Amino acid sequence: MYDVIIIGAGVSGCATARELSRYKVKACVLEKEEDVCCGTSKANSAIVHAGYDAEEGSLMAKLNVMGSKMMPQLAKDLDFPYLQNGSLVVCTDEESLPGLTKLYERGVHNGVEGLRIVEREELEAMEPNISDKAIAALYAPTAGIVCPFNLNIALAENAYTNGVEFFFNTKVEDIEKIEGGYRVKTGTGDYEGRCVVNAAGVYADQIHNMVSGSTFTIVPRRGDYCLLDKTAGHHVSRTIFALPGKYGKGILVAPTVHGNLIVGPTAIDIEDREGTNTTRQGLDEVIEKSAETVKNVPLRQVITSFAGLRAHQTGHEFIIEEVKDAPGFVDCAGIESPGLSSCPAIGCMVADIVKGILNPEENPDFVGTRKGVLNPADLSMEERNALIKENPAYGNIICRCESVTEGEILDAIHRPLGAKSLDGVKRRTRAGMGRCQAGFCSPRTMEILARELHVDMSEITKSGGSSRIIVGTNKDRI
Amino acid sequence: MKTYDIVIIGGGPAGLAAAASAKKSGTDSILILERDKELGGILNQCIHNGFGLHTFKEELTGPEYAARFIEEVKELGIEYKLHTMVMDISPEKVVTAMNREDGMFQIQAKAVILAMGCRERSRGALNIPGYRPAGIYSAGTAQRLVNREGFLPGREVVILGSGDIGLIMARRMTFEGAKVKVVAELMPYSGGLKRNIVQCLNDYGIPLKLSHTVVEIRGKERLTGVTIAQVDQKGKPIPGTEEDYDCDTLLLSVGLIPENELSRAAGVDMNPVTSGPVVNESLETSLEGVFACGNVLHVHDLVDFVSEEAAAAGRNASAYVKGSRTAESGREIRMNPTEGVRYTVPSVIRPEQMDDTLTVRFRVGGVYKNCYISVYFDDERVMRRKRPVVAPGEMEEIRLEKAKLLERPDLKTITVKIEEA
Repeated sequence: MYDVIIIGAGVSGCATARELSRYKVKACVLEKEEDVCCGTSKANSAIVHAGYDAEEGSLMAKLNVMGSKMMPQLAKDLDFPYLQNGSLVVCTDEESLPGLTKLYERGVHNGVEGLRIVEREELEAMEPNISDKAIAALYAPTAGIVCPFNLNIALAENAYTNGVEFFFNTKVEDIEKIEGGYRVKTGTGDYEGRCVVNAAGVYADQIHNMVSGSTFTIVPRRGDYCLLDKTAGHHVSRTIFALPGKYGKGILVAPTVHGNLIVGPTAIDIEDREGTNTTRQGLDEVIEKSAETVKNVPLRQVITSFAGLRAHQTGHEFIIEEVKDAPGFVDCAGIESPGLSSCPAIGCMVADIVKGILNPEENPDFVGTRKGVLNPADLSMEERNALIKENPAYGNIICRCESVTEGEILDAIHRPLGAKSLDGVKRRTRAGMGRCQAGFCSPRTMEILARELHVDMSEITKSGGSSRIIVGTNKDRI
Repeated sequence: MKTYDIVIIGGGPAGLAAAASAKKSGTDSILILERDKELGGILNQCIHNGFGLHTFKEELTGPEYAARFIEEVKELGIEYKLHTMVMDISPEKVVTAMNREDGMFQIQAKAVILAMGCRERSRGALNIPGYRPAGIYSAGTAQRLVNREGFLPGREVVILGSGDIGLIMARRMTFEGAKVKVVAELMPYSGGLKRNIVQCLNDYGIPLKLSHTVVEIRGKERLTGVTIAQVDQKGKPIPGTEEDYDCDTLLLSVGLIPENELSRAAGVDMNPVTSGPVVNESLETSLEGVFACGNVLHVHDLVDFVSEEAAAAGRNASAYVKGSRTAESGREIRMNPTEGVRYTVPSVIRPEQMDDTLTVRFRVGGVYKNCYISVYFDDERVMRRKRPVVAPGEMEEIRLEKAKLLERPDLKTITVKIEEA
């Protein structure tokens, strides 16, 4: 029997797993997809919010500010890309100015440091492409941007190397109360645990409702985004939000840690929990609304668009607690924005609740650091040549757009909880994430995956399941 | 740092022809840098025939056409490095490259020939809404899987875009046992060669729907279907015209983009119409001693013209290295593409530097029937060629004679345009 079973390998589940691996607990993570970071955690704004948005006194406010403060050190410890680039909430009409002041006051109350309101002149100097209509903005220097994939992957890898087990392609179908814990039934067998953590994202209500009579509802709230080429990456240097006002919640325009520009999201409540399809209407809204805060966004430079689902709980608050009528069952639900920003703090909070139940001893072997996939571009030419001499695969470029070498791809495949699919490689190394969107590198990456995993080329998938890239051989049905 | 007289970036048809020509023009110190495992570039996956009609007066497959140039390059003893990715070209012509054996290394070149070719536009660039499943490929990626590796990427195929690779792949996928249901083209005309529409679609009963595009992509893991719709004159889908197609594969043949990341980083001036470098009559870019040819300069329709253009670039680079170019008088004639002519290569001509005849290549912006291609020296029309039809899918050319330009010391602008009959 496990001490803890965590359902869901997104940022919340993996942050919880890592925090729990500080203790002597037998823990596992069950994930329905083939890899970590396949749901909400992979498709979002990649923003570390400063913490002025959430209502005073809310759990969201507390965990956001805490998570945002933890993020810089966590990024160092776990070696994932993070940049404190600051954010601006832009006000474009006089009548909304009180709203900006209110946001400032809320931020101060929430404990966000360094907040100030900047006037037009300074704003223009900070961001030359700011909309001509912008009159003032709330500047939050502590806001940041992060690579959500590598944040999630780093948390998972670190949890794994500290002893947490991971089971993929393992979808929870039912949960039964048993003596001293729960039996979690999945498509691939049963798992028994003294505690269960429900970090199931858009499915968290279904998982919760399997054990509790007091139900809640998660509504998948779709957000469409456009991602622009690196040539557009310097269009703004801070994350630009629109002040929520008479035109509703606006669209953000932000650089990414990798130098692209991201624009989005929409907010459309849907029913399908797998409904990650963008729509024409959604993309048009993104394109149109981006102009409200930033001028001349070079939308011809779009290299891809995508949609993510926020796990919106109708009460718009994180639900992090032991379920009253299900002792030992801990919810980590309703983790919508600012969930990514909050995840280091969410992990601590959930782990504290579990600790209170299990009273575990500390794990003396816990190692809190992890090294990410080496990026040779960070090295000097001498260092790089030494690396290539030692491992010639670092001299072989596979993804031309992002200059990703075979060495990095091999590392991504063979490291703990390594990549098994093209998307797995992409999220770990950026191979296929550039302007040609994998047209050039996918056959090459497929060959490496097949060779290293000792499987046939026809077994290679884009993202697990039935997402095979090739369906047969030439003339096989003639 | 090693030095070479000419470093050629890319060992495809352009790089090979440029190398052979430079060598035959008397430059010995030449190095070709090629990122793939063999020379020949994209021709190695173009196993259909139809190459070389102009150059060799016979029909060759892509690999056969490439082989003739590869053999020549080898016979001429030109050095090349395979599996080698060029990472940077500095304005001082220091080329930084990398491979498994040599690591990262730098070469000082006296002249550089850009011959990197082009890449395909992706789905993302079109911003087609829907899911992002497996089963969506650029036509060239599918061509590589099928022609080089023997893998079938899908069985029921819809093709968006009627560029030549898409048309060729419609036929190829049919040969290999897949069902190609339809080719949808956003424009009211095809972007490919007429002969490819006849030989690759019509001969196999594959419908071509002009003024149509894909408006939705279905399937969470693997593609299950697409919706195509008719578009209005602005390219906007017309509600009510949607048609659903069940398919497991969507091939995109929606345009080629010259691959000029290195050129841009080096500071070469670019032409926004071609997405290639701005060049003069010598195919020299805004950086002295840096030349460009082939699809990196502008996307060609036939490889024969690539070879011809690249040979000129090789000759000119050789002349530059040897210092045998005529002294500059500073006189420049500006090419002015207008009224249906989208661009010209070159865009500037220095008459003293040009060969006895100079081929100016261009594409038109629409389909024109019974028209004239007209050339004006300043305000005077000097050439008027009747054409039954011109279309964007086919490259056009005019030839200018050096003697005629030297006769006119005050000539400022050469205008090329389409005139209705």
